[in-house]
Amino acid sequence: MARILTVDDSSSMRQMVSFALSSAGHQVVEAVDGVDGLNKAKSQTFDCVITDVNMPNKDGISLIKDLRALPNYKFIPLLMLTTESGADKKQAGKAAGATGWIVKPFNPDQLLKTVQKVLG
Amino acid sequence: MAIDLAQFHQVFFEESFEGLDVMESGLLAIDCNEPVDLEDINTIFRAAHSIKGGSGTFGFHRVSEFTHGLETLLDQMRSGQRQPDQRVVDCLLGSVDCLRTMLEAMQQGDNANDADVARYQAAIDAILDQQNAPVSSAEEPAAHLPPAEAVNSAVESPSSGWRIAFSPRAQLLQRGNDPVRIFRELDELGELEVAPDFIGLPEFGEFDPEICYLSWRLELAGTVDRSALEDVFAWVEDDCDFAIQPLGAAQSCTDVSPQVSPEPSAESEAVAPATDAPPAKDTSDVDVAKVKTVKAKADKPKSAATIRVDTQKIDHLINMVGELVITQSMLGMLGENFTLDKLDALQNGLAQLERHTRELQESVMSVRMMPISFVFGRFPRLVHDLSAQLGKKIELKLIGEQTEVDKTVVELIADPLVHLVRNSLDHGIETSVERVNAGKSETGQLILEAYQRSGQIIIEVKDDGRGLNADKLRAKAIEKNLIDPQQQLTQQQIYELIFAPGFSTAEALTDISGRGVGMDVVRRNIQSLGGSIHIDSEQGQGTRIAIHLPLTLAILDGQSVAVGHETYIIPLNAIIESINVDDSKLNRVAGVGETFKLREEYLPIVRLQRVFAISGAKASKLSEGLVVVVEGPEGRCGLFVDDLLGQQQVVIKSLDANYRPVEGISGATILGDGSVALILDIPGLLRLSVREQYG
Repeated sequence: MARILTVDDSSSMRQMVSFALSSAGHQVVEAVDGVDGLNKAKSQTFDCVITDVNMPNKDGISLIKDLRALPNYKFIPLLMLTTESGADKKQAGKAAGATGWIVKPFNPDQLLKTVQKVLG
Repeated sequence: MAIDLAQFHQVFFEESFEGLDVMESGLLAIDCNEPVDLEDINTIFRAAHSIKGGSGTFGFHRVSEFTHGLETLLDQMRSGQRQPDQRVVDCLLGSVDCLRTMLEAMQQGDNANDADVARYQAAIDAILDQQNAPVSSAEEPAAHLPPAEAVNSAVESPSSGWRIAFSPRAQLLQRGNDPVRIFRELDELGELEVAPDFIGLPEFGEFDPEICYLSWRLELAGTVDRSALEDVFAWVEDDCDFAIQPLGAAQSCTDVSPQVSPEPSAESEAVAPATDAPPAKDTSDVDVAKVKTVKAKADKPKSAATIRVDTQKIDHLINMVGELVITQSMLGMLGENFTLDKLDALQNGLAQLERHTRELQESVMSVRMMPISFVFGRFPRLVHDLSAQLGKKIELKLIGEQTEVDKTVVELIADPLVHLVRNSLDHGIETSVERVNAGKSETGQLILEAYQRSGQIIIEVKDDGRGLNADKLRAKAIEKNLIDPQQQLTQQQIYELIFAPGFSTAEALTDISGRGVGMDVVRRNIQSLGGSIHIDSEQGQGTRIAIHLPLTLAILDGQSVAVGHETYIIPLNAIIESINVDDSKLNRVAGVGETFKLREEYLPIVRLQRVFAISGAKASKLSEGLVVVVEGPEGRCGLFVDDLLGQQQVVIKSLDANYRPVEGISGATILGDGSVALILDIPGLLRLSVREQYG
């Protein structure tokens, strides 16, 4: 099963994502903002990163940009969690190198389906 | 897999309330006359955004709907499209309250007050409408309309299938996408045939493994919506060229022009009205201030069944337990085959055990401690609202917010503090005109300060207002029959009169400070926490009220005393002195009972053996025992006991919770030898003793 990093400043969302993924057998590491996420991504390896967009310290788009520049994360699926209204966010995320997005609100099943999809 | 989202609700509520606090303090910090710090607005926006995201995910759609408007408004502010003015800020503040009430209701499983919600929603929509029409269409509106493609597909589909030309650009792989994933998804929609095109393939020696050279022609058979198809390509639409044609349109794949990649929203944006809210009309004039007073002020203490603890404290606790276990196993080994020559080691071990136990006790206590900022946090808003209501200019300063106090104190000190602050704003601090005439700065200052000193927490409420008028207080007290006109009182004693029941200095009760609770209730609340309240004032200069509270409510420094075979604990901070009194100094006074004279003062004597009906007390004459002089809120008295035993810290066990309230006893504790000792409640004891003799 895959190792997944979830980055979100909201602990309820983080817990939900983490719970859903680990229930499906994945190994999940949580990070509370972009800086924390980048540090964890640098010191460990992951098969997939799921990040919120609006976060203090470093937002999700900047995190994706930084991750994509790392050799280890060149081809890793990087997904962002965004709201239905964030059309420009999707574009900005894509430009930064995001693989795709999951639109909030989502339920655990939708999340799992999307993650399964990118993990192949 | 079904996951019960309800398990995350508690966390969601907690973080939402925190988010609302962030929003509130952020909004209060906005000064509409000065340029706003965009980072501040961003912080407020993020909090709103998180609440919206979470509430949508966890099924609180009413909340996410309501937050949507707030978010839009904040987004306009942070992108510089809108300058915040006081009306907007007030409306946002009101909406924060409204959201809080909504969330509180949902937490309790109730429904929100829809009238309030609708009113705020209308107020926000009105603000949005007002400016939004000419504003360039933000990213928001498109979402509310059915996407333009959906309309197209209604015309084209159902089709028996689709022919797709798909040629990835070089960077597709470097975004973590994979053509195989797309094929797999398409295959789920219908029957897929894939034909690769090798045209772009370079010489073997020039292969770059990071680049995708292939392109594909795909045929998907089955009744598939065009929009479903486009969803599959949504992530890669910028990283590839692709074109879709219905099967059966008799064209060869090569004719399909890759340029006609779908443009998602250009069309829909052009049609979309700025918002789908109703036209503004007079809702834009909704008097936000009025709306604000309608909402239920959530001043009631929140029942906090859970406590948030700094992880460092937990780590420390675990560390201490580890140490304790090591010491215990060391002592166990020593005890197994103990010989007297190991006495030193045993004593060392016991000393270590004592130290670790004490440290463990301290760290456990610290878990109950919370920063006073939990209480102070509500005051910026309170002061903001009240000063607007009173038309006064007031600056609030919070000092020592990180001072830690017991959780119970945090819960119970809020109401008395609110009362003191209201008083200060209403009666203490003058209007700007009065202040200028008195030669003071136009803006009044209110300081809330907390600090720790010699085992006590001290909370001060200070203002630089008009101060107390001793003559006026005295006259009032005489008028209310609280003191005798002839009575000589020091300045200090006169100030203390405001804590007397039924005393109020305001000529007319206002709805700000005259809420039926007087300063006497404030004092009683603080005394019930084991604390005391002191007042100090200088006319024209201001007033300072200091609340002294014990550090913790779970542990007490006590003096154990013997009465017959019983042991009682007297709170150490109540004891003034212990003396031996000669029987000749004893008097009987009607209405008070036995008294003795101590340095020009007659103090009542409480004989514990009599009050608690203890047989076998050693001392019956005063000279045979000891009199412990104690001070309670209503004065001093002497407790007559057989002997003093020793001082120790005792852990308070509640009698109310385990048995029932007993007058004269505040609780019980377990002594070192395992026996139970009762802890004396001095004021209760005094009342009991008087009744004993005259009841």
